[in-house]
Amino acid sequence: MALSEDLDFSAFVKPEPDGGRLDLLVQNARCAACLSKIEQAARSAPGVSAARLNLTNKKLTVTFAPSRSDAGAVVAALERAGFPAVPYDPGQAQAEHDREGRRLILAMAVAAFGAMNAMMFSVPIWAGLFGQELGPATRTVMMWLSGAVGAPCALFAGMPFFRSAWRSLRAGRANMDVPISIGVLMTLGISFSETVLGGRDAYFDAAVSLLFLLLIGRWLDHQLRAKARSAAGDLLALQAATATVIKGGELAVRPVADVKPGELLLVRSGERIPVDCEVESGASELDNSLLTGETRTVRAVRGTVCRAGALNLSGVIQVRALAASEDSALARIARLVEAGAQAKSKYVRLADKAAAIYVPVVHTAAAATFAVGWMVGLGPREALIRAVAVLIVTCPCALGLAVPAVQVTASARLFRKGLLVKSGAALERLAEVDHVILDKTGVITEGRPRLIDADPTRLAQAAPLARATRHPLARTLADAAGAGPAAEAVRERAGQGVEGWIGDRKARLGRAAFVGAATEATRETELWFAFDGETPTRFRFSDRLRPDAGQAVAGLKARGLTVEIVSGDVAGPVAEAAAATGVETWRAGATPQDKAAVVEAHAAAGRKVLMIGDGLNDAAALAKAHAAMAPGTALEASQNAADLVFSGEGLFAVVEAIDMARSARRRALENFRFATLYNLVAAPAAMLGLVNPFVAALAMSGSSLAVTLNALRTGVQR
Amino acid sequence: MTILLFLAPFSVGLGLLAVGAFWWTLRADQYDDPVGDAARILLSDSDDRPT
Repeated sequence: MALSEDLDFSAFVKPEPDGGRLDLLVQNARCAACLSKIEQAARSAPGVSAARLNLTNKKLTVTFAPSRSDAGAVVAALERAGFPAVPYDPGQAQAEHDREGRRLILAMAVAAFGAMNAMMFSVPIWAGLFGQELGPATRTVMMWLSGAVGAPCALFAGMPFFRSAWRSLRAGRANMDVPISIGVLMTLGISFSETVLGGRDAYFDAAVSLLFLLLIGRWLDHQLRAKARSAAGDLLALQAATATVIKGGELAVRPVADVKPGELLLVRSGERIPVDCEVESGASELDNSLLTGETRTVRAVRGTVCRAGALNLSGVIQVRALAASEDSALARIARLVEAGAQAKSKYVRLADKAAAIYVPVVHTAAAATFAVGWMVGLGPREALIRAVAVLIVTCPCALGLAVPAVQVTASARLFRKGLLVKSGAALERLAEVDHVILDKTGVITEGRPRLIDADPTRLAQAAPLARATRHPLARTLADAAGAGPAAEAVRERAGQGVEGWIGDRKARLGRAAFVGAATEATRETELWFAFDGETPTRFRFSDRLRPDAGQAVAGLKARGLTVEIVSGDVAGPVAEAAAATGVETWRAGATPQDKAAVVEAHAAAGRKVLMIGDGLNDAAALAKAHAAMAPGTALEASQNAADLVFSGEGLFAVVEAIDMARSARRRALENFRFATLYNLVAAPAAMLGLVNPFVAALAMSGSSLAVTLNALRTGVQR
Repeated sequence: MTILLFLAPFSVGLGLLAVGAFWWTLRADQYDDPVGDAARILLSDSDDRPT
């Protein structure tokens, strides 16, 4: 079991000036007790100078003393303490992202400070608006003070918006940040000129509190993406993209990306083939279901060429790498995924669609206010104040907050149900789908073999042998039999089976020929068992349907979606799965290109396709589809291609996700309608000169509060 | 009213102090592990320095 002791994880230690650093993901760290146990276990390993666990993201950072780093010993010590750990690469992107988050928080803190302190000087001014005794001289002093605090804060807090607006203008587009920036800068400008001229209207507090509210929305959106990204990273780290390299008789674990062609690798049962390779010695069976969708296993002996991503089922095999990771079949699919992701980034988000209507309308209204005001004899100064008042009261803070608040609420609720949403745009796309394409293996079915129709007495007899081995099928058998004693004097024969003593009788469990049964070709995966000299019994394994697959399909249909199965498996099992779940349209034997072509054909017919798949053969289709989902058991490339990842047993999560996405869309549109209604009242009022700084402050915070409260209703069942 | 000349900068200074303190907590990684920090006060061999 404790293999890590002999393994060399040194490739994961990052060199630092004083020693080295190792980042590990400890998935089952939960409480204060775990925290001290884990840190103590790590510190007890030789050469470790410090270990610190972050309980929030379950990352353990181990620092080594100079020239002494034994990463394998740390992993082994943690494993002995009952906390399996996997090497984790936080990556450059993560650090970049964190900096962006900090910048937003700091901008928010400055905006909060500016809003409060500018408001402190604004309150006397507001009081003066209602006929209290405030002389023009005192009012001007207050306006100066308000400006001295508010303006620098607004300029600092507005930087994220100014920068984004500038970028978008240079790209020849206008996003939501353009009107925000223009509004803020014009407000500051007019407030200054009013202060200098001894006027009545200074909106310093409005400008900075507007930025504060917008930054909340911006930060929520950022948090949503950061959280999804780190959760997605954890899932992938658990799949451990590592390879065990044999060099001069020593075993070393390395990131898959570092494996060179020609190197000898060791692949144990239950591990995935890391790169395209040829079997050098040993024998085993390979499960290609994630690559091709086929559930039938393939026998691998010396000379067999294996493709990266295939699962090694039984024996330990030594393989010679034929290609580097970036040239493997796996990487070619990953590139397809990237191409698809680029296409998806062209998707116009709801808020940007709203901005496209909002920007010209509001700016025309403001310009018209100025022009008409001047024409009817208000004078340029008063006309300009009214035009700016229009910009302020119609500020897009309700819009800027409306969508992020809804999406954060929806994602948090989905996250609690085990569904990971990668971005807000993913939810928006999911709400629009009208056709669902399901993969069979791993989506409609559980994607791993289950024991079927076993004789309980024979199962109990075979169980002791099954418990003594790590072969995946035998583990399934042992799980089905429950706890009990294990066989003794067990010997494993690679690619054949196990032999051992149960009580005083010798028994064998494994392939038909090994156990002594007449081989017959079957579709199912199977194991044979016999006591020495007796007739062998067959245990059959089959990939079972997810328990709620039929219910999920019915749920999708009830929501007006059409459902189709496109699988790489042969016709028989696909037809069975389709019949069992009530899907009328199905296609078997589809290659990855076929799957992508099916998605494209639907898209060309104007349909919005949701693709759900787990295999590499689905990755291209996932990337091409309007929205994509993958189970947590899917391969890295497929998870990267998917917008949503669902963990857990149930397929009904898909229906729940669609419901949530639709609910989020409804709330977002409601918020837009509310914002429109508010603007229809506020804009004319501003044009008529009825808005003063006090009214502007009230209206702005009031509308933001209303949309936020409405957002919290997302996903609440009526 | 001359008291304003003292009170106004004083109150703004207090506010700046709060922003500065917040900026310091942010720089000192105090929001990186809220769950772990809450758990650490329960441990007897106290270790309160974030790394």
